[in-house]
Amino acid sequence: MTRSMVAMLVLAAGMFAAAPFMIDAAPYEATMGLVYKIYFFHMPSAWMFLTAAVTAGVASFRLLFLKRPRADHWISAAAELAVLFGAFTLVTGPLWARKAWGVWWVWDARLTSSLMLFLIFVAYLLLRKYGGAGSDKLGAGLALFGMANVPFIYVSVNYWRTFHPPTSVVPTLPIEMGIPLWYCVTAFTLLYVILLRLRARLEHQRSRVEALYLAEDEL
Amino acid sequence: MRLRVVILAMALVAAGGADRVFAQQQPPPDFVPVENAPAGEQIPAMPLLGAAYGFIWVGLLGYVWSLARRLRQVEAELTELESRKR
Repeated sequence: MTRSMVAMLVLAAGMFAAAPFMIDAAPYEATMGLVYKIYFFHMPSAWMFLTAAVTAGVASFRLLFLKRPRADHWISAAAELAVLFGAFTLVTGPLWARKAWGVWWVWDARLTSSLMLFLIFVAYLLLRKYGGAGSDKLGAGLALFGMANVPFIYVSVNYWRTFHPPTSVVPTLPIEMGIPLWYCVTAFTLLYVILLRLRARLEHQRSRVEALYLAEDEL
Repeated sequence: MRLRVVILAMALVAAGGADRVFAQQQPPPDFVPVENAPAGEQIPAMPLLGAAYGFIWVGLLGYVWSLARRLRQVEAELTELESRKR
């Protein structure tokens, strides 16, 4: 691990350790009370979920159209992170909704399309694990399709009827709620960058191992 | 006689008395409003909040552990292969 990675890891760990104190200090929300504080981890998770989908899509473009084979490592890394952060988003959202809306789930455009994106990346991981030769190209196509969903998910709350808060919530947040939110967004972004780089490194080392085994077989 | 009743009803409707006529036909309400929800029916926020944060913490720690383990394994394998090659 490089020195910059270690520094980022220490910083991210420190930020996550201090996050509960920041969140605890944030005021209650008038209609939702305490449960709205799920927002401070739910929203950054959702952003990292969408960021991972975009990363996988961009890397897929590089693999399919610019013929960069190493881009496959980044697709695998981003797809796994999309599943991880997608799971966080899809579990914490219903826990919040149960109290705020009175139901665990509604089949509106935002929730349904988010679930669909999550399932696309689960399908990607299954395809890469069991798909055999050629699954990298097929998987890249799937990841591109996943990325195409991202703008739709983001704007869906502004165009379709839903219980979900619109995108205007973030820029209009009072400062005492905005500070812990942006703090958590920074911590999640740092963690995302570290995990993405480590996961891509794992893929890179795996390809080196495969190349060495192939070289041994040829001898 | 029947014509008079019809004319009277129409006059009542026209005069805005229809609400009173139809209001008498409504059954008593089945749902009784109260000021506060019963204590047993309220959804407590703390377990939901704890479950949300707990899930993320456990998920993150589990993923970091799994990633570190996989990296260690593949790097050990790589070192062994490279030493065999030499």
